[in-house]
Amino acid sequence: MAHKNIIPFGPQHPVLPEPIHFDLVTEDEKIVDAIPSISYVHRGLERLVEKRDFIDFVHIADRICGLCSFMHCMGYCQAVEEVMGIQVPERALYLRSIWAELARIHSHIFWLGVSADAFGYESLFMQSLRLRELVLDIIEETTGGRVIFGSCKVGGVRRDIDSETLKGLVARLTNMKADLDELTSVFINDYSIQHRLVGVGFFSKEDAYTLGCVGPMARASGFALDMRTLGYAAYKFLEIEPVVEYGGDCYARCLVRIREIFQSMDLIRQAAGKISEGPIDVKVKGTPNGEYFSRVEQPRGEVIHYVKGNGSKFLQRFRVRVPTFTNIPGMIKVLKGSQVADVPNIILTLDPCISCTER
Amino acid sequence: MSEPQEIILIEKNNLLGIVSDLFAEGYRLVQIGCTTLQSAYELNYSFDKEYHFKNLRFTVAPEEEIQSISVIYPNAFLYENEIHDLFGLTIKNITIDYQGKLYRTALKVPFSIENCPVPEPPKPKKETPPEPPESQKQNSADTKPQED
Repeated sequence: MAHKNIIPFGPQHPVLPEPIHFDLVTEDEKIVDAIPSISYVHRGLERLVEKRDFIDFVHIADRICGLCSFMHCMGYCQAVEEVMGIQVPERALYLRSIWAELARIHSHIFWLGVSADAFGYESLFMQSLRLRELVLDIIEETTGGRVIFGSCKVGGVRRDIDSETLKGLVARLTNMKADLDELTSVFINDYSIQHRLVGVGFFSKEDAYTLGCVGPMARASGFALDMRTLGYAAYKFLEIEPVVEYGGDCYARCLVRIREIFQSMDLIRQAAGKISEGPIDVKVKGTPNGEYFSRVEQPRGEVIHYVKGNGSKFLQRFRVRVPTFTNIPGMIKVLKGSQVADVPNIILTLDPCISCTER
Repeated sequence: MSEPQEIILIEKNNLLGIVSDLFAEGYRLVQIGCTTLQSAYELNYSFDKEYHFKNLRFTVAPEEEIQSISVIYPNAFLYENEIHDLFGLTIKNITIDYQGKLYRTALKVPFSIENCPVPEPPKPKKETPPEPPESQKQNSADTKPQED
């Protein structure tokens, strides 16, 4: 039996944009256990509800994370609206879905770029970020922000997108498809990438379910879990089917994200075709008195925003359960039995968002 | 949207039995959350099966101990360590116990009853007596003693 060693992985590592640490217990090159450590940059945002009233807190929710900014804001607003019984106008619901899908596209393309960098494909990284820039331009033109959208509020949205801009937006995304096809075909067909991802970091559907995994990590193992099928925002008006792969390995997780980029483009096209004229917000009267668990599908999976109010303008409790937090037990399971050299790729394909986790 | 959300009030001692039943029925553990009340803590154990959201709820006093459900749902250990570190509650038999070292916080237990006050609910408005009709107002003005 080989001697056991502990190899520290993180919190600073070339493939990790954000700090998370694993103590990897190894026997020779094989990992037999992994112990995670978080809280390097914990911010305690949940307690800011004591200092910001429920309307102002939207700006905090918007800033929980950069890549999932809009979904956090939308999830929080949805929870407050449910507690207060606010009927959000249909046009605002469509606009929320459009921005949410733009956020998903830019997050997934960013992931492709970071992965390409980790594989040592620098020009692929540059090409990925070049395409992401086109999406950021659209976001900037429609919201005024590039990463923090600031366009969602309790009772609706702050900005409208006129029909000409919507048509142009869909046309630009359609034009982008050819470039995206070319880019993603490298991830799908390249021999070296396949060699590093296929059969690596296997995770079964049963484990995904038992360990409470969500998002592309679960869907790549054949577990069709997508909160958009609940029908929040305008998803009840759109045709949506969860993107599922059955390989359960790093390659399957990569495929899920690639297919979801094209799915998001299709959802934006559907929404732009169905959106009707009308108001984009309603006036908010009163204060929240009640509670609600709002469930939204982020780029990394199901996020829960729990809001509880007692009639005061300050919420009694705000809690976020982010997808990365619930995916950590799954990460430990995937790492056990893997080779040390595969750890960076495995962690990358699980796509941990530490900014969300350290809310 | 209004997703139906079932909230079931349970006794703390029945937790493991009910959670075992949910596990056998194929429910997935979605989250465990805690809320600070005036003099106690409210725990929420959320589960989901085919998009059916179910929530178990009970209240505990600060000194009470809670049994871990990580023997049934292995992913519960992170939530339970979080509750221990942020709320100061004692949770027994967590499969992976960080012994209070999951979170590095400036305050020892930032969400404890002492540190996390519950906001004051708005005071009910005082009922103002209805205004007398105009004719009565006139009469009362007539009867008012005149000042020199």
